[in-house]
Amino acid sequence: MSRIDAALRELRSLEALAARDTPLARVDPRAKVLVTMAFIVTVVSFDRYSIAALLPLALFPMALAALGDVPAAPLARKLLAAAPFALFVGIFNPLLDRAPMLVYGDLAIAAGWVSFASILLRFALTVGAALVLVAATGMHPLCAALGRLGVPQVFTVQLLFLFRYAFVLGAEASRMTVARELRSCGRGMALAAYGPLLGHLLLRAFERAQRIHLAMLARGFDGELRSLWAMRWQGRDTLFVLAWCAYFVLVRAIDMPLAAGRLLLGAA
Amino acid sequence: MSHHLVETRDLSFAYPDGTPALRGINCRFVHGEAVAIVGANGAGKSTLLLHFNGLLLAQSGEVRIGELPVTAGTRAQIQRTVGYVFQDSDDQLFMPTVEEDVAFGPLNMGLPSVEVKARARAALERVGAAHLATRAPYRLSGGEKRAVAIAGVMAMLPSILVLDEPSAGLDPAARWRLIELLRSFTHTRIVATHDLELVRELCSRVLVLHEGRVEADGTPREVFADAALLARCHLAAPASAVAAPCDAAAAAQQQRT
Repeated sequence: MSRIDAALRELRSLEALAARDTPLARVDPRAKVLVTMAFIVTVVSFDRYSIAALLPLALFPMALAALGDVPAAPLARKLLAAAPFALFVGIFNPLLDRAPMLVYGDLAIAAGWVSFASILLRFALTVGAALVLVAATGMHPLCAALGRLGVPQVFTVQLLFLFRYAFVLGAEASRMTVARELRSCGRGMALAAYGPLLGHLLLRAFERAQRIHLAMLARGFDGELRSLWAMRWQGRDTLFVLAWCAYFVLVRAIDMPLAAGRLLLGAA
Repeated sequence: MSHHLVETRDLSFAYPDGTPALRGINCRFVHGEAVAIVGANGAGKSTLLLHFNGLLLAQSGEVRIGELPVTAGTRAQIQRTVGYVFQDSDDQLFMPTVEEDVAFGPLNMGLPSVEVKARARAALERVGAAHLATRAPYRLSGGEKRAVAIAGVMAMLPSILVLDEPSAGLDPAARWRLIELLRSFTHTRIVATHDLELVRELCSRVLVLHEGRVEADGTPREVFADAALLARCHLAAPASAVAAPCDAAAAAQQQRT
């Protein structure tokens, strides 16, 4: 199996998790989207050197994963797959911000390293929460919820189709790669070969997009993606949103690890 | 709308790069007819089919479905009457589950949810795919995808079915199931295909296209017996093409069993 196939299978397995009946799956998708957005806003609202103060927020993705019965291993693999982006964003901080910030005996840690660690932690929290949201909701209900929350249809439909046809295009890319490998006589893929491959893929994607659009028009599509299943906001959804938002406010207002440390040291 | 007639008059069409696809097509199909449109690649089969559903509009000439000319203004009405099944089912199946995909058309028609669900169930049962309702379309086999794609069109209750290469990519068993299914419909069926065995089994009439023109129009027996025509249009007669229809059906039955 090619690496592309393996990556697609992994992505599909995440979507398949959403089909199960779990306590989190029964929560209205809009409530999950609202809470996750509040969580992401809370995470990014901390200053650039925060590390310990962010740790209590890890409760949110962990609790969601537990309620949604989302296994940790595939989540961790996807986090690792996306990690290079976070590394790229933060890797220059230690070079540019060398002022000592923490001193442990003879060891001085530069502020750049602290902000770099903070970026990685924020990345793990926000992307982890987003992955759990997708795994516990599914892309279609998620896009429908975004639409109901006021996100323009043009974006939600694009997002949905990006997800659906990533698999089809990925399969085409996989077939093209295998066809090339079969005629490569064991040689690796030269950089020059990527251009035509991506060009062909782009043209095929363009043609397929046209055919899909025609197929949708043939069944009366008018720009609005309607769903068979109605969303029903219930009291428990309100409670879900309020409880989590209250927790985020609490974590933002009080540096819990610091307060706990002081309490313990004071008690000692 | 009367759906007893599908008619084109001097229909011509060229693609934006200037490639002429149709050159003065005249044809007329009546209610309940099963018509095959055959021809080599690039003969204009798919382009002609796209005109029947209003997905392409005539650049010159006219297409009529019943009393209605196919225009931008009548397209929505036309698409309720003419159901179009695409060649690649992956182009048509994009919703997360089979049931939701079949419901896509009826939902766009503005029908109430209860009726949409009933139509989706009935269409899936009609094509023998009711057991697939909760499955994700990408997990289906080629034959299952084709059946679900047909159900997605059937749920809109069209009077006319237009199918582009319906048997392409199917294994023999799935292909025979498809032929049986299409034979069981009483709709007007217009099928563009390279599968001349399917034509022999399903259709009472064959329209041969060549370079955007109608080269021949007759029964399968007449068309398949004309070796010069087939050679000119880059076609080949199916095995035992000139056998009597009952012989062909019996042979097909024997092949199935």
